[in-house]
Amino acid sequence: MKINIKKYYSGFGSKKSLLIFLSPALLAIFSFFFIPVIAAFIISFTDFSIYALADWNYIQFIGFDNYFRLFDDPLFWTSLKNTFYFVIVAGPLSIIASLTAAILLSSKTTLFKSFFRLSFFLPVVTTLVAVAIVWRFIYHPNFGLLNYALGYLGISPIDWLGDPNWAMPAIILMAVWKSFGYNMIIFIAGLHNIPEQLYEAAEVEGANSWHKFRNITLPLLAPTTMFVGIITLIGFFQLFAEPYIMTQGGPLNSTLSIVQYMYQEGFRWWNIGYSAAIAFVLFTIIFVGTIIQLKLKKND
Amino acid sequence: MCKRKIAVLFLIFILGCVKSENEPTVIKFWAMGAEGEYVSQLLPEFEKENPNIKVTVQQVPWTAAQEKLITAFASEKLPDLFQLGNTWVPQFHSLSAIENLTEFVDKSTSIDQSNYFQGIWDTNVLDSTIYGIPWYIDTRVLYYRTDILKRAGYEHPPRTWDELYEVSKSIKKVLADENKFAIYLPSNEWAPFIIWGLQNNAKLLKSNNSYGNFSSAEFKEAFTFLTKFHKEKLAPIGMTKVNNIFQGFKDEYFSIYISGPWNIKDFKFWLTDSLENSWMIAPLPSPTDKYPGASLAGGSSLVINSKSEVKEEAWKLIEFLSRKNVQIKFYKLLNNLPAVKNAWNDSVFVNDKYMKVFYKQFLNVKATPKIAEWEQIAFSKVQQYTEYTVREVMTVDEALAALDKDINEILKKRRWLLNRKIE
Repeated sequence: MKINIKKYYSGFGSKKSLLIFLSPALLAIFSFFFIPVIAAFIISFTDFSIYALADWNYIQFIGFDNYFRLFDDPLFWTSLKNTFYFVIVAGPLSIIASLTAAILLSSKTTLFKSFFRLSFFLPVVTTLVAVAIVWRFIYHPNFGLLNYALGYLGISPIDWLGDPNWAMPAIILMAVWKSFGYNMIIFIAGLHNIPEQLYEAAEVEGANSWHKFRNITLPLLAPTTMFVGIITLIGFFQLFAEPYIMTQGGPLNSTLSIVQYMYQEGFRWWNIGYSAAIAFVLFTIIFVGTIIQLKLKKND
Repeated sequence: MCKRKIAVLFLIFILGCVKSENEPTVIKFWAMGAEGEYVSQLLPEFEKENPNIKVTVQQVPWTAAQEKLITAFASEKLPDLFQLGNTWVPQFHSLSAIENLTEFVDKSTSIDQSNYFQGIWDTNVLDSTIYGIPWYIDTRVLYYRTDILKRAGYEHPPRTWDELYEVSKSIKKVLADENKFAIYLPSNEWAPFIIWGLQNNAKLLKSNNSYGNFSSAEFKEAFTFLTKFHKEKLAPIGMTKVNNIFQGFKDEYFSIYISGPWNIKDFKFWLTDSLENSWMIAPLPSPTDKYPGASLAGGSSLVINSKSEVKEEAWKLIEFLSRKNVQIKFYKLLNNLPAVKNAWNDSVFVNDKYMKVFYKQFLNVKATPKIAEWEQIAFSKVQQYTEYTVREVMTVDEALAALDKDINEILKKRRWLLNRKIE
């Protein structure tokens, strides 16, 4: 039987039917996503706090006061600085780690590939709380595995989570270990998409491994790297659970992240207005970051 | 055949309706953590006495309790009766979420203010109105290693601040180990720092609790005194080396610790055999020679939802849970100290050396400022600036000035509301 495809679609292809089919999803997104976002935006211009729950008359519109207060809030700047520290160091580290792992695992000479792939991916799917508890022991200043290993290298014990200078590196190390497996899988998929003939042709021309990596692998992986880069950036800017469980933001607020500060203000102390303002600053930062990345890509 | 079936069904329906008219009144009761788990064991007796009342208990985890209660309030789903940490009473009062209990208490034949510890009762009184009835109580006392104090030359626990300092110096000297300390005063526990201030008669907030007053001479003296222990390495600065305070206490990492009754059970569990009798608790030292010094009035209260339709019944349950024998049974179930004084005459308490100390301490307990914002001030700001001082990022003066500044920002809304009320 032959179906006239054009005719078949023309009945359903109208905008009206499109709307009907999409409306459940649109309605859900609109009511559970757009309305709350707009509400939060409005709230960020009020002093919505716990008192507002008692009586709506207690809400005042205070214009940009929350945003001005942010500029004057040392804790906000600390959390901003910590978050940037984390993103700038952990982001590239995570991408390099996952790319290296992906290349090693795609090599023909590697043995037990699936075993390694599984082991590298396992941290991604393990509950963070469990991971954090184990890492707290690894980082323990007296009995920790890490200090024990460093001891063999003649390095004196470091109070990883208790020293304001070392707490963030410790969080970064754990976060990279926890997350690189995910990007690794994406990179492996990307590597498989590079045609084998290119490498063969390069070999005929006498290219060594570095040349091949620099001139074939990297350029052809660029779209994947782009994707991984943006996803990692967005994810890492929202750093929350790692410090929340490992250090509660301390010591000396050296691991306090923006999201954690927002959470504290909003859901611990019920300063919803102020917390919403923090959220929109974070949104702006991530938005700008993503746009810059996309622009950089276009200029390439 | 079919008709008969319908008739039977109809009859069942009618009976169902009749029964529902006699259905007991339901009290919804939320209790936190272990309390929620064990309180249901006390309730059959209550339901037997009051066959027309049924209690449904919902257990709320402590860590999420406040969030759950506030969201329940926002969606008008608060239970009829619930448990509140007594420092939370002001917050729920400011939401007008809890019922004024003054009339209930005045009418009651079983609940009498004189049967409660004064300091604890006070935490439930706002503007001379009663909003909660203490359910169980706690406070902080001094845990100390008797054997180590003996080695340092002290037969009795420190009774004054000066003695505490001297004892600590001697302990440090006797142990002669840079990885062992005399006292554990972690900066993520605000209680000792606030207690010391209250002992020194510091007014923590001023102008009707609408401005911070931590820079006052009284608080500064107390704060300087306590942070001196960190500066002179009598107390450890970080918290990461103590995975477990019981282990730390056992290993002599520290010999003195300020904590509450909830730790008694664990200390008993960890310090066994030769160490079983090598620790004790004592009331807190005092800045003057009036021993013991004051401590915090802690514990949980029972409050009634102001929108509840079964307030009388809920009050009956409060009266039941406040009975002497029920309170003792509750203590036996999960070690929560009874709020009513006459329960303390029971042999369970009279013959317990630890409980005797707690009783003595309860006679001198003080409340923290009774405002909705207190939790934020204590947990986020006091702890933050204590850490800054202990780690010597800030001097005492700088830290307390910054603390007051942050508190004034937190209390901005409160000032606005107070002004509105005056107008």
